[in-house]
Amino acid sequence: MNDEETMDLRLHVWRQKDSKSPGKMVTYRANGISPDMSFLEMLDVVNEELVTAGKPPIAFDHDCREGICGMCSLVINGVPHGPQQGTTACQLHMRHFRHGDEITIEPWRARAFPVIRDLVVDRRSLDRVLQAGGYVSVNTGSAPDANAIPVPQDNAEAAFDAAACIGCGACVAACPNASASLFVAAKAQQLSLLPQGQPEREKRAIHMVEAMDREGFGGCTNHYECEAVCPKGIPVRYIADLNRDFLRSALTSREVKPLPPAVDAEE
Amino acid sequence: MNRLIRLFGTSIGRKLVMAVTGVLLIGFLISHMLGNMTVFQGQESMNYYAAWLKKHPFLWVARAGLLTIFGLHVVTAISLAIENNAARPEGYRKKSAVAATLSSRYIVVSGLLVLAFLIYHLAHFTFGWVQPDLYHFVDEKARHDVYRMVVLGFQNPIVTGSYVAAMLLLGFHLHHGARSLVQTIGLNHESYNTLIRIGSNTLVAALVIGNCSIPLMILAGFVDPAAK
Repeated sequence: MNDEETMDLRLHVWRQKDSKSPGKMVTYRANGISPDMSFLEMLDVVNEELVTAGKPPIAFDHDCREGICGMCSLVINGVPHGPQQGTTACQLHMRHFRHGDEITIEPWRARAFPVIRDLVVDRRSLDRVLQAGGYVSVNTGSAPDANAIPVPQDNAEAAFDAAACIGCGACVAACPNASASLFVAAKAQQLSLLPQGQPEREKRAIHMVEAMDREGFGGCTNHYECEAVCPKGIPVRYIADLNRDFLRSALTSREVKPLPPAVDAEE
Repeated sequence: MNRLIRLFGTSIGRKLVMAVTGVLLIGFLISHMLGNMTVFQGQESMNYYAAWLKKHPFLWVARAGLLTIFGLHVVTAISLAIENNAARPEGYRKKSAVAATLSSRYIVVSGLLVLAFLIYHLAHFTFGWVQPDLYHFVDEKARHDVYRMVVLGFQNPIVTGSYVAAMLLLGFHLHHGARSLVQTIGLNHESYNTLIRIGSNTLVAALVIGNCSIPLMILAGFVDPAAK
C-alpha cells in the first residue's frame, strides 16, 4: 500500500479512569490508517500502539461489528455514530474521513448513562425501562397454531420497523435533553401494535414512561435529533404513538398498579 | 384525582399541559390581535371595543383564566426545562445539531423573552407606566381614549421597534411550539404532516404580520390620531 492510500489523523478522545474520576480530552495521532478500515479498527490500531508503549488503551464498547448488536457507542465529531446516517460506528468506514482530519470522540453523555471508563457507558437504565413493561406474557407449553391470531399486515410491518431498534442509546446521546423517548416508543410500540401486546398495553405505556422518568432521562421537546442519528432509522412517529397510548391509558384505563421498584440484573 | 396527580407527575403528562395551554394561548393571541385590529377602523370602533371589554361582566373571570393558563404554561415549562438540563450533567465538548431547528433549541430562551415583553406590554398599555402622558386621554363620550394612546404611543419609533422585535420573537417561539404541540398530543401521520407544517407556519406568520402591522402602519403615518 502506498502512502497516498493511507491517512494520518489527530484524535481528541475522552479519557476517564472510572465513574468517580474526572475525565478529560486527550489528543492522539492515528497514522497510516487505511480508508477500508472501520472506525473501530482505526481505534484498534491506536490501541495497539498504546499497549506497545505500555500505556492503557482507550476503552470502547463493541461486540458484533456488524451493525446489529447495539454495543458501539461513540459520539464522533458531535454526532452519535458519526457522520454517516443510518450507520453504527462499527460500520462507519474511514473513507468518510480525509488525511489530516481532526476527529473528536466522546462517550454517550447522559445522567442515566454513567461513564464506566473512557468511552464505555453503563446503559442498564434502558434494561430497567424494558423490565417495567417492554414484554408480553406468553403461556409456556406446546407451540400455538400458526395464524391462530390474525395480525393485520400493516401492523405487522409497523411493529417490525419499531423492532429494528438495537437499543444502542444513540437517541439519548443525540437528544439535547438526553431523552430516551425514541427508544421507549420503539420498544413499547413493537408490542402494542400486535394482538399479543394488547393485554398489557395500558400498563406497558404507563410503567415504561414512569420508569423512563425515574431513570433520569429528560423529556422529549420534539427536536427530532434522535430520528436523524438512529442507525436503524426509527421514525419519531412512534413517539407520537407512545404519547397517544400513554395519555389515553393514563386518563381512561382501569386501575394500573404503581411502578414496582427496579431490580438490576447480575453484572 | 389520584390519577391526575400521577399523570402530571410524568414528563409526558406535563407536556400535555404545555400543549393544551399552548393551544389556548394561541387562541388568545388570535382574539387579541383581531380586537386590536379595530384601530384601523378608527377611534369610535377601538374605544367602543375597549369600553365593552372593560365593562364585560366576565372580565375578571377571563383575566383569572388567562392568568392561570399562562402561569401553568410558564411554571410547567420551567419544571420540564430544569429536569431536561439535569438529564445531562456533563455536556459534550463538541456537539453538532443534525435535525433540530434554532427555534426548537432556543424555545426556553424565547419563551422567557416573550414573558419579559408581556410584563413590559402590561406596564405600557394596561398600567400606563411606560408612556404615562398618553394614558389619561378621554374621548368625547367620556371613555378611556385607547385609540389616541395607541396611535400616539406607536409614533415613537423606539416603542414601535420594541413591539416589532417582540412579535418576531413570539413568531420564533411559536414556529416550534405550534407544530410541536401536535406531536405531543400524539398526532403524527405521513398523510397530514405537511399540512400541519404549512398550517402552523401560516398561522404564525399571520399572527406576526397582523400584530406588527399595527405599530408599523401607525409609525408610517397611515393611521390618523385625530380620525373619528
